[in-house]
Amino acid sequence: MRSLFALMLAGYALGAAAAVLRPGGRGGRGLVAAGAVLGGAAGLALALQVLLTGTPFVLEAPAVLSIADGLLFRIDRLGALFLGLVGFLAVPCGLYGAAYSEGYEGRASLRLLGALLNLFLLTMSLVPCAGNVLTFLFMWEGMSLTSYFLVLTETDEPETVLAGGWYLAMTHAGLALALAAFLLMATSSASTTFGDLRAAAPALSPSARNAVFLLALLGFGSKAGIMPLHVWLPRAHPAAPSHVSALMSGVMIKMGVYGLLRVGLDLLGGGPTWWGALLIGLGALSAVIGVLYALMEHDLKRLLAYHSVENIGIIFIGIGAGLMFQSFGLPALATLGMVAGLYHTINHACFKGLLFLGAGSVAHALGTRNMEEMGGLIKRMPRTALFFLVGACAISALPPLNGFASEWLVFQALLGGSAIPQPEVAVVMPLAVAMLALASGLAAACFVKAFGITFLAIPRSARAEQAHEAPRSMQAGMAMLAIACVALGLLPFAVAPILGSTLAGLGRVTPAAIELTRSLPLQVPGASGQMSPPLLALGLVVLLALLPLGLRLLGAERRGRVGDTWGCGRIGQTPRMEYTATAFAEPLRRVFAELYRPTRDLSIDFHPASKYFVQSIAYRSEIHPWIERLLYNWPLRGIRRAAVWVRRLQAGSLHLYLFYLTLAFLVLLTMARWWR
Amino acid sequence: MVAIIGFALGVSQAALALLLAPGLVGLVRWLKARLQNRRGAPAWQPYLELAKLFRKEVVVSSNASWVFRAAPFIVFASTVAVALLVPILLVPLPFDGVGDLLVVVYLLLLGTFFLSLAGLDPGSAFGGMGASRAMTVAALAEPTVALAIFALALSAGSTNLGQIVARTMSGPAAVSPGHLLAFLALFIVTLAETGRLPIDNPATHLELTMIHEAMVLEYSGRYLALIEWAASLKLLIFFSLLSNLFVPWGVAAGLTAGALTLAVASLLVKLVILAAVVAVLETRIAKLRLFRVPELLSVSFVLALLAVTSSFLLR
Repeated sequence: MRSLFALMLAGYALGAAAAVLRPGGRGGRGLVAAGAVLGGAAGLALALQVLLTGTPFVLEAPAVLSIADGLLFRIDRLGALFLGLVGFLAVPCGLYGAAYSEGYEGRASLRLLGALLNLFLLTMSLVPCAGNVLTFLFMWEGMSLTSYFLVLTETDEPETVLAGGWYLAMTHAGLALALAAFLLMATSSASTTFGDLRAAAPALSPSARNAVFLLALLGFGSKAGIMPLHVWLPRAHPAAPSHVSALMSGVMIKMGVYGLLRVGLDLLGGGPTWWGALLIGLGALSAVIGVLYALMEHDLKRLLAYHSVENIGIIFIGIGAGLMFQSFGLPALATLGMVAGLYHTINHACFKGLLFLGAGSVAHALGTRNMEEMGGLIKRMPRTALFFLVGACAISALPPLNGFASEWLVFQALLGGSAIPQPEVAVVMPLAVAMLALASGLAAACFVKAFGITFLAIPRSARAEQAHEAPRSMQAGMAMLAIACVALGLLPFAVAPILGSTLAGLGRVTPAAIELTRSLPLQVPGASGQMSPPLLALGLVVLLALLPLGLRLLGAERRGRVGDTWGCGRIGQTPRMEYTATAFAEPLRRVFAELYRPTRDLSIDFHPASKYFVQSIAYRSEIHPWIERLLYNWPLRGIRRAAVWVRRLQAGSLHLYLFYLTLAFLVLLTMARWWR
Repeated sequence: MVAIIGFALGVSQAALALLLAPGLVGLVRWLKARLQNRRGAPAWQPYLELAKLFRKEVVVSSNASWVFRAAPFIVFASTVAVALLVPILLVPLPFDGVGDLLVVVYLLLLGTFFLSLAGLDPGSAFGGMGASRAMTVAALAEPTVALAIFALALSAGSTNLGQIVARTMSGPAAVSPGHLLAFLALFIVTLAETGRLPIDNPATHLELTMIHEAMVLEYSGRYLALIEWAASLKLLIFFSLLSNLFVPWGVAAGLTAGALTLAVASLLVKLVILAAVVAVLETRIAKLRLFRVPELLSVSFVLALLAVTSSFLLR
């Protein structure tokens, strides 16, 4: 295990070093990618070893930064799951990046991209490996900072810089809150290792435990992108290079989930019912509102970013249900909820990574992310289209792909809500079921739009007409994730027990309930139903194979010809006659007008002679998320006012600074004297 | 041996559904015509239409891709797969472990998803309009369906269809006010999902009102035949879900000839009753404006929510 750990570090270090020393050229980019792939593969292997054997991996370096207990790495099963997730996505994204970064040739940011990508992967891999607070926060901050700079590498447009600013502010606010949570726990603990914190947690007063949980929820929730802390996510994720977007949406936001599980479930060992109910509520809100905003988005990558908010919501619903069942002492159902949440975590990493890579290929080929300029790409980029379609079906929870498998588990967990003895609490569950169903239906509508407008019909612009297929290495990255989407969809009966084993020994989940059987059809303890994705897939394949045979037996006509699309008698179809993304989403915009509150701006120019002749019409409609305005305007105003005040101190005069220096020195001296 | 007979019966009940489905649509049309003082085409007219479509060649738009050609097969296969999972004649179902009620719902969504993509594929505005509306209705109907499933699963203790039917059959006490509310909710959803009035008008080709017809406007020949057949099968599936989940009496529990005959007879009776209800409804009410449809669906949602809460309270 030690050698695998070393290999992981060496891989990422090699990639980073190669980027700095030999940035350009095919070989240089290849080396950077090789580093990421090697590091990722080693991390995945290490994680699998820990997951399957169950023996945690421990590495101590107390001499480094000894002032705060030194560095300590301890990978248990829960950590290994998330470490494996990073490695699992690092491989395809690294491969993809080799060709994608060709667009950076000749730019200064190529060096930065390669080096930071590897450092980002390295620090992110080490977050779930951390065994004490210092290591955790150190790696967490490394992950945040490297990803911040990665967001800035694609362009230097003011919008991107602003997006980076939002991200930086939110992630640091989150860090401060997480730090506060850890400090609060450490007050009664011998040291800041997670083991000691866990041991000391029962001694905390209930109100302190609640405070720790809430701080962790806010801190880690801001990284996970849960509503209403998601504001940075749809801004920053699309701005990053596409394989970085894939990593950020696929795994980085999952570190928020990890942090919350580590603190809420592992260190605190679960809590009162309202913790779970709060998670379910936030999750349901995120799921529905996230997908609703995604529907209105015509920037392909931003659409995907809003879907990350939705899926984090689904994950939170699963975990929240688990926590809630746990508080009622229903271990089987608690396991089911947690497993559902964790399964969706993995699945979302797969399909969202795939979709971001697909969107990146499209953006790479067209030079735009605006869906209204796309269309007809299925003929120009057939493989990318196929991979994107797989991802779109998976995220829409269509059977037999992986999104369906995990949403089915979440549904089953929620259906188990009838086991809760208090009806007034149990009523949360059907509401969550309804929200989850609405979200998944809307997600399907959104991905009909995303795939249909982007890849089908006639090209809507000259750029789309001249699009070209993505290079081989980018295709390879997408193919790997597409295969994973299918495999994870077919094998829930094999994956669920492994996920269940990561919960062993966490909180008060009894190990007996974690023994999920590898049965076909999938039958999970606590769930009220059973199903079997492999048999379902087999059935569909058999039916699809029998159909042409049946048609032949029926004596169906087999000839066909190619003609024009019917245009009500008009010959010659132009892209302007097609349905647009805006038009596609219009019915839902009307239905949810109360949420969107779109601004409409209609100006009509009449002919000067008569107002019955219209010369031109300009129509403009925009949607500004008012929830964000409501929640963030007043703190932003406060910060601005404070900044103006601080600027008075920062006058730019050297004399003034010398005065501050002296003053501070004197104050410190007096304090030091007083202290003694 | 028993297993093989079970599988054979499972497959044959799906085949029976497939055979009956066009007739069901024809029956609704005929009943509607009689109620409107028209003579109407005979109930077997859809069979003739299908036969004719199968004999015609296919015209595919030059803009369309493989998605357009694959969609009819995917729609048909997924609907037939649902027919294999749904209790039409007998329980226990041989394929009960393959998929539960949630699988049924998402398999149907799979069909709608690909049909909508196919609507967008030829690049016609009609197809896009139909796709957009179909997905809107499907998405808004989803919460109701999920809650109705919740209500059924609560009283039966399972989401698997065979067990729900078996449970309701075993004790009439299992039927509660929640059942009635869930039935009403699912009935409204049935109208929405199968493209009936007042949500969609299956008899119109007016661009402002149509949903399903707009989506499949570009289809012809055997592709159209497959889609129409699948659509009628979907109607039959929803009817048998409505009748067998809530009023399961008559469904064969054993493999005796008598039980099976009774099952076929009771199925036919139930289908005729539901067809009559739909026909009367369609003659009595006008189509809703598209933007009033969500209101109707929220009514069904509230009904389903009440169904669940009442099941909770009456437990």
